[in-house]
Amino acid sequence: MNHDAYDDNYIRSILNNVKSIAMVGASPVNVRPSYFAFKYLAQRGYDMIPVNPGHVGKELMGKPFVASLADIGRPIDMIDIFRNSSHILPVVEEALKLSPLPKVIWMQLGARDDAAAEKAEAAGLKVVMNRCPKIEYGRLSSEISWMGVNSRTLSSKRAPIPTQGMRLSLNRTSFGGGQTAASDRAAKNKTETP
Amino acid sequence: MTDRLPGFSTLAVHAGAQPDPTTGARATPIYQTTSFVFNDADHAASLFGLQAFGNIYTRIGNPTNAVLEERVAALEGGTAALAVASGHAAQLVVLQQLLKPGDEIIAARKLYGGSINQFTHAFKAFGWNVAWADPDEIESFERAVTPHTKAIFIESIANPAGSITDIEAIAAVARKAGVPLIVDNTLASPYLIKPIDHGADIVVHSLTKFLGGHGNSLGGIIVDAGTFDWSKDNKYPMLSEPRPEYHGIRIQETFGNFAFAIACRVLGLRDLGPALSPFNAFMILTGIETLPLRMQKHCDNAKAVAEFLSTHPAVSAVNYAGLPGDRYNALQRKYAPKGAGAVFTFSLKGGYDAGVNLVSNLKLFSHLANVGDTRSLVIHPASTTHSQLDDAAKVKSGAAPEVVRLSIGIEDKEDLIADLDQALRA
Ligand SMILES: Cc1ncc(COP(=O)(O)O)c(C=O)c1O
Repeated sequence: MNHDAYDDNYIRSILNNVKSIAMVGASPVNVRPSYFAFKYLAQRGYDMIPVNPGHVGKELMGKPFVASLADIGRPIDMIDIFRNSSHILPVVEEALKLSPLPKVIWMQLGARDDAAAEKAEAAGLKVVMNRCPKIEYGRLSSEISWMGVNSRTLSSKRAPIPTQGMRLSLNRTSFGGGQTAASDRAAKNKTETP
Repeated sequence: MTDRLPGFSTLAVHAGAQPDPTTGARATPIYQTTSFVFNDADHAASLFGLQAFGNIYTRIGNPTNAVLEERVAALEGGTAALAVASGHAAQLVVLQQLLKPGDEIIAARKLYGGSINQFTHAFKAFGWNVAWADPDEIESFERAVTPHTKAIFIESIANPAGSITDIEAIAAVARKAGVPLIVDNTLASPYLIKPIDHGADIVVHSLTKFLGGHGNSLGGIIVDAGTFDWSKDNKYPMLSEPRPEYHGIRIQETFGNFAFAIACRVLGLRDLGPALSPFNAFMILTGIETLPLRMQKHCDNAKAVAEFLSTHPAVSAVNYAGLPGDRYNALQRKYAPKGAGAVFTFSLKGGYDAGVNLVSNLKLFSHLANVGDTRSLVIHPASTTHSQLDDAAKVKSGAAPEVVRLSIGIEDKEDLIADLDQALRA
């Protein structure tokens, strides 16, 4: 798996197939990126579970916070980790103790832990690092084009009208299946300049 | 699903546009509206708080403009774009995200005369200082770097003389200095040069020129390459620090590799106000559909005209990078192999007066202050666009008194050559 540049079909299949998402590090503060992503994904019809030991007893969009993955008490398709790279590994180890295992580990924009990713992949999980599921969903459905973002997709089909709680079609034609040259270069520059 | 990279011409026609969801309209509708209704109070709050993607008010975004933005972002290979009212507005909005009073920008001395004015006077008044460097001498950029430097600004093909800039060499200076490279790609258009492939972090355009292409609409655009890490130090607080305008959101943390385009929209365009009319966006989008066809014809005609002028007895010199003997020919073959663009200058043996005469004797060429029209255009920079500069600055920016600038259109080249020939003989 090349974690520098994902094929759009890989991201698309994850977003099309997962139904429940536990967000580790979700924040009830409405200017935090985790709050934005949680709300957006909930509105797109995903079954969202906020995980954060610091906020047990509170709710996020009507969903009660749980302290840990083990406390969820039901099968979960994807773990979206909103933590810094240095806090990823323990979350992945905890995820790998769940039964049944989740299908996907997703590390948020800015977060990457290759060793943790390897462990998860060895256990048969799919891994995405340094991406935001909200941005990827918005991009592949072209909803994010409202913001002038290059979705890197084309379609000659009439678009569905985005409405609350509706799953938008992600099945548009992707350019070359992956990243623009520019973001590849950014990823490369990042590793070159410490 | 075919996952292949569409070609440039396919992107020029399709990127960003899809049949209208409500009506099925295939051409991009002109959403000539100031505002957009909210679904409910929560939707409104989400939009204002930057939590949801959507439309609020046309000063901040508009669906017609969004198609234009995505199309140019796709053509340039960027992550996102923001359309604004003019090329000058694009430059203003970009620099507002990067500079505080007392900060500096290093700019190539060979720039559009209007940009030289904007940097020297208007931006000076904001406390944004400019250090000029010579694009033909890369070390002059290195020498100009100071702790206050926040960006480097160049043109890919420089107005007025059509000289080609060594983008990669200057990108290396920018990377070493830890500042973004901004490239004005107006005269090349992404058909000839894609600056992001050569190391640009931000691309700006006057859409007024070749992208719109028909001389009917002003516009500008900012393209985010998604390559610059704005948060690696505290040099770019608009992107890295909690923004009081939005209850403490950090723009890069929230928007990742298209953060710069978002900052330009929600901090720049929102507060400075130079919004593009959706009607202009529609005109420019229509123009872009034929960009590859037009641009090739512009270049082919320009080369034929330059070749003709280079042997004309009234002409002392032709500056066209597409001519084999030109000092920029090697750079042209590297950066713009499909053609050297359509804007170039030549010098008349008869000096200033011969320049003024030529302009008045031409019958097909229009005497006006623009470039990148379907029509062929002529101007005598020393008496017009560059007249505010002193003589030394005129020469340095390629606008000496004997110099005439042409912008070659897409007419039949034989007619253009005949018109120049009669005017030079008159
Ligand atoms: C290279 C270049 N950049 C910027 C501009 C400014 O663009 P606008 O007139 O759309 O403000 C021009 C206009 O002539 C130009 O030629």
